[in-house]
Amino acid sequence: MIQKLDYLQESPSQTAGPYVHIGCMPNFAGIDIYGGDLGAQMKTGAVQGQEITINGVIYDGTNTPLRDVMIEIWQPDAAGLFPSANETRGTPDPNFTGWGRAPGNMETGEFMFDTVKPGAVPYPDGRMQAPHITAWIVARGINIGLHTRIYFDDEDQANAADPILSRIEFPSRIPTLLAKKTGEGAYRFDIYLQGPNETIFFDI
Amino acid sequence: MSLIKQTGGYVPRDRNWQPDALTPAYKTSIKRSPQAALLSFPTTLSEESSPVFGHKLIGELDNDLILNHAQTGESAIGPRIIVHGRVLDEMGRGVPGALLEFWQANAGGRYRHQKESYLAALDPNFGGCGRTITAGDGSYELRTIQPGPYPWPNGMNDWRPAHIHFSIFGHGFAQRLITQMYFEGDPHIKLCPIVDALKSQKAVDALTALLDMHRTVPMDSRAFKFDIVLRGQRQTYFENRKEGL
Ligand SMILES: [Fe+2]
Repeated sequence: MIQKLDYLQESPSQTAGPYVHIGCMPNFAGIDIYGGDLGAQMKTGAVQGQEITINGVIYDGTNTPLRDVMIEIWQPDAAGLFPSANETRGTPDPNFTGWGRAPGNMETGEFMFDTVKPGAVPYPDGRMQAPHITAWIVARGINIGLHTRIYFDDEDQANAADPILSRIEFPSRIPTLLAKKTGEGAYRFDIYLQGPNETIFFDI
Repeated sequence: MSLIKQTGGYVPRDRNWQPDALTPAYKTSIKRSPQAALLSFPTTLSEESSPVFGHKLIGELDNDLILNHAQTGESAIGPRIIVHGRVLDEMGRGVPGALLEFWQANAGGRYRHQKESYLAALDPNFGGCGRTITAGDGSYELRTIQPGPYPWPNGMNDWRPAHIHFSIFGHGFAQRLITQMYFEGDPHIKLCPIVDALKSQKAVDALTALLDMHRTVPMDSRAFKFDIVLRGQRQTYFENRKEGL
């Protein structure tokens, strides 16, 4: 008999449903447990680099905010180092977790992250990527979590040289990946699941 | 001479296997599904790294839903079960240190959530959430009560099969996954528009836990086995990256 490739199939995704908070942010859902919700704080002390906030709303195809959404972000510290077990390029900021998890507000849908401006990280071929944050969105009605990236609209030069941004087939959609500076250290990143402003989502 | 093992990126997600964003029978997906093509790129450091969750994070009762929200001396109501299995990658390697978070309805099919309106009673001793971290071989277990099926607004008479939601964190953000575990033999599995988002019977089977009499605790709890597979990372002895990474 011909040999077999003994690989397993990734577990199929299923929607997080309307009650994702119970499992991933139970204290937000009113269940007092674990002494707090994971990912609610990205800073555990004084951090290096520029502290920033990112606010936004995730809209469905009718322009209605998703009020039952959960969004997670993952990013390097201000020096471009990940607080990850496999980071070998240096010692990341010990007071920065790199990982945040936020609900959409149950009335307005607004989410907020209190983080730092990420440093640049190389692409696999060694070129530098523009500073960016990886984001992942789950909610009722979303069968498989949506990956996107948050870049910054005040990083023109880095964005122009970014290996991914510069290869996007429809450049008119690039602004959907740019967080807009709204003040000193404040950015806005709204996400559209559908429509003329549909955010670019990644298969990455 | 020692060969230095290079790690490549994660194997791409099999989009012919994973559910599509748009599955009209699950009505909410219609206005919440992106319509443009996804932008495909190989994983980079941002997707090949992930936060570290130490075993210290986990409290003694975190994986015991029968007790972790119960008054002292009391316990949650419902059929007592153990769910166990391994977290593996696509190459079959165990994934140690993976964070699993799980949540579910109580035995009557009712969630503890302010937006939940099903008339089934709340169980004062049941919160409905738990978490654990996989051991060195990728194994995990939790104790809970078997959740009940519940009705949900979609069609006029749609019921979810009994299920436990799982959120899984592996070693790379590319592996991030949320899914649901079903129970062998549940007649609602075939009727559910959310299950029907899966593309094949094989995919449904991959999310269906089997009764495992070997792990049952006699006179105490039945057991179900549920393995979870995360995306695998290529490993090669051949360098295909430039210096500086
Ligand atoms: Fe559910």
